[in-house]
Amino acid sequence: MSSEPPQDEAAPPPTPEAAAATGTLAARIALRQRSGGIIVPIMTALLAFLLGGVIVLATGHNPLLAYRDIFNGAGLNWIFHPTTSTVDTASYNLSQTLLQTTTLILTGLAVAFAFRCGMFNIGGQGQYFVGLFVANWVGVSFPKMATLPHVVLGVGAATLAGAIWAGIAGFLKAAVGAHEVITTIMLNYIAIWIGTYFFGDGGPLQNSQNASVPISNDVADSAKLPVFWGLQQLQGLHVGFFVALAALVVFWALLNRTTLGYEVRAVGFNPEAAEYGGINVKKSLVRAMAISGAFAGLAGGLDMLGYLYHFGVSDIPVSTVGFLGIAVALLGRNTAVGTGIGALLFGALLFGTTHGLQSNVIQPELAGNLTSMIQGLVVLFVGADVLILYVWNTRRKLRLRPREAAAS
Amino acid sequence: MSTWAERLDGPVWARLRDARTFGVAGIVVGVCAALVALPPVTARSPLYPALLGIAAAILGLAAALRGERRVGWGAFAIGVIGIVLGVLATRSSTGNLNLVFTASLIASMFVFSTPLVFGAIAGTFSERSGVVNIGLEGMMLMGAFWGVYGADKGKSWAVGILVAMLAGGLLALVHAYFAIHLRADQIVGGTAVNFLALGITGYFFFQLYHGDNVPTGVSTIPDVKIPGLEHVHFFQAAFGKLNLMVWLSFALVVVAWFVLFKTAIGLRIRACGEHPRAADTVGISVYAIRYGCVVLSGMLAALGGAYLSIGFGGGAFTENMTAGRGFIALAAMIFGNWRPFGALGASLLFGFSTALAYRLPAYSGSAATLFQALPYVLTLIAVAGVIGRTSPPAADGKPYRKQ
Repeated sequence: MSSEPPQDEAAPPPTPEAAAATGTLAARIALRQRSGGIIVPIMTALLAFLLGGVIVLATGHNPLLAYRDIFNGAGLNWIFHPTTSTVDTASYNLSQTLLQTTTLILTGLAVAFAFRCGMFNIGGQGQYFVGLFVANWVGVSFPKMATLPHVVLGVGAATLAGAIWAGIAGFLKAAVGAHEVITTIMLNYIAIWIGTYFFGDGGPLQNSQNASVPISNDVADSAKLPVFWGLQQLQGLHVGFFVALAALVVFWALLNRTTLGYEVRAVGFNPEAAEYGGINVKKSLVRAMAISGAFAGLAGGLDMLGYLYHFGVSDIPVSTVGFLGIAVALLGRNTAVGTGIGALLFGALLFGTTHGLQSNVIQPELAGNLTSMIQGLVVLFVGADVLILYVWNTRRKLRLRPREAAAS
Repeated sequence: MSTWAERLDGPVWARLRDARTFGVAGIVVGVCAALVALPPVTARSPLYPALLGIAAAILGLAAALRGERRVGWGAFAIGVIGIVLGVLATRSSTGNLNLVFTASLIASMFVFSTPLVFGAIAGTFSERSGVVNIGLEGMMLMGAFWGVYGADKGKSWAVGILVAMLAGGLLALVHAYFAIHLRADQIVGGTAVNFLALGITGYFFFQLYHGDNVPTGVSTIPDVKIPGLEHVHFFQAAFGKLNLMVWLSFALVVVAWFVLFKTAIGLRIRACGEHPRAADTVGISVYAIRYGCVVLSGMLAALGGAYLSIGFGGGAFTENMTAGRGFIALAAMIFGNWRPFGALGASLLFGFSTALAYRLPAYSGSAATLFQALPYVLTLIAVAGVIGRTSPPAADGKPYRKQ
């Protein structure tokens, strides 16, 4: 079990990968990235779905039919008859899945970017909330503004808020070495209570119509993002989807084509070596955390101006997109393409198991919790790449054994 | 016959002149600064809290300047906060004060702190052995659901507690296997365990109870009535009728302290958390100790969860019932500096702030909400090292590879 994973290719010397020391989280990720290829994530997902299916089977439901219904509930059957008709169920479901994917791409990138700098940003949920709050405040506050500047201001402010919120954790890490996992968890809850205060009963941003409902005002029409698939009244897919796709490109370019990205990756692989090589490690940590938070804040901004329009205190315990970002990033191996695919998978699961599900095999309440379980299993297995590689290598050994026997 | 000066250097005096004693005295005086203005004393002049607060700050400063930074600056901060709170209280009406600061506030503090004590002690065991346990929240949630299931099907709260501990222990075993044997990242593993518990409890809640609540009349953990307290005015309301689990949590703190710091097994646990290689060299099985501690951690956290559903909760379960209490417990463990009595103190403080937040609406409706964020802000300040640095076990979170 302790055998080293096979190295498919040697890393070219000038990249930060060469400086990777075993033992740190980032170094393990780097090793995994070179060793397991695309096999680990695929096997991880399959194993998670398989185990989820076992539980479904054990509780007296047919897992194959359940997964088929979830597939259809997510609107993925749309590819068999593509249309953008607003009355077609598959088309509507897919647009809703992509709506979730938009958010998950960004919360996934938030986790992935920090990971590439060797940090675990568990505070995506808090940074997302802060983005929601600020976007709502900007969206409600300036009803006479023109659409373009209003939207840009709202989304920009949300992004900045997310960056600042995560930047606190980055600063504390750089200044006094406070572990980012602890600080981001604390910042999550501080964000939640600040939101509860602002939008709750008697709070300064509570709606102006009904003082007994802890909910904000709707953002002004000028702050709403245009919808390109479906109807605005039925929360159609907004242009933020393209912003999220662009963010994938920005993520890739930032990491692989800029000095900043090089420094971030170098610090992630080996902070001591990076420091010795003349990189300001503390600056990189703060920057990486701030950029990471900016992605999550952007997710909040787009969601608020794209389809939520208002924020209610009762939304707080329901929202899990920030935490799902962890599973998305880990499954996507903290790369741009992987995060995009992971976001689509979890976006489909998120919508396909709840609102989209039309099934007499499995109820939405059960299926929704199945998503949580699959999410947990994915994170568990990705964290334990050794297990997956062990299973994979055993399989390969079994295949090789007859040849070895023949040779001896 | 010893001289005066010699006696001054005796062990008792040395202890009293110790910087730490100054600091602790400062903390006590600082708390008193706020207390004098509250019932039952209810001093109405701002002079009393101000004087006591200044005294606390001076004591704290004296301790801080003589090397006890953490306790010293803590006392200083408490003195300043004591002045502010005390002076504020003297300006508020006596009627409001009597409404909020009653003996039942103490009882309410215990209600909120008990799950945190269980969770924080659970975390202390796991992390002292070198395994970060961010999955406390999930293990608590398992305890909450399977505890109520056991109490319902087994017709007894005792069965409920056992089933809860079994479920929490099993989930912890998963975490232990991935963290210890597979050397997976422990924070990632703990996060996974949280998601997993959320899914499992939610799924089986709907599968077994169809999402409705569990039937009423589930056997619940009884309250302990202390005989002889009926006529003691303050203590009756504060301690007279607390849940059995509250007293168990106090006992657990003492036992945990004794085991960790006064027994051979505790020394081994701490050795595995500080320097596993050295522990291995002298023949301690690092894997066995870590497995034991993580599973114990899951069982203890599950007890905290069971308290929520069949103790204080009266035999009810809702999805995601723990609602972040596992993370506050984690914060209490850190705030308590990975020590059982520190964890108890932090849990009581956090429990008190929650209890107070539920009563503060007597003053201001919405601002009381912000009070709920206090535990998190305090923990953020604590890990930032503003008042002394917290110090986790040296090998906390580092997988160990046998050679």
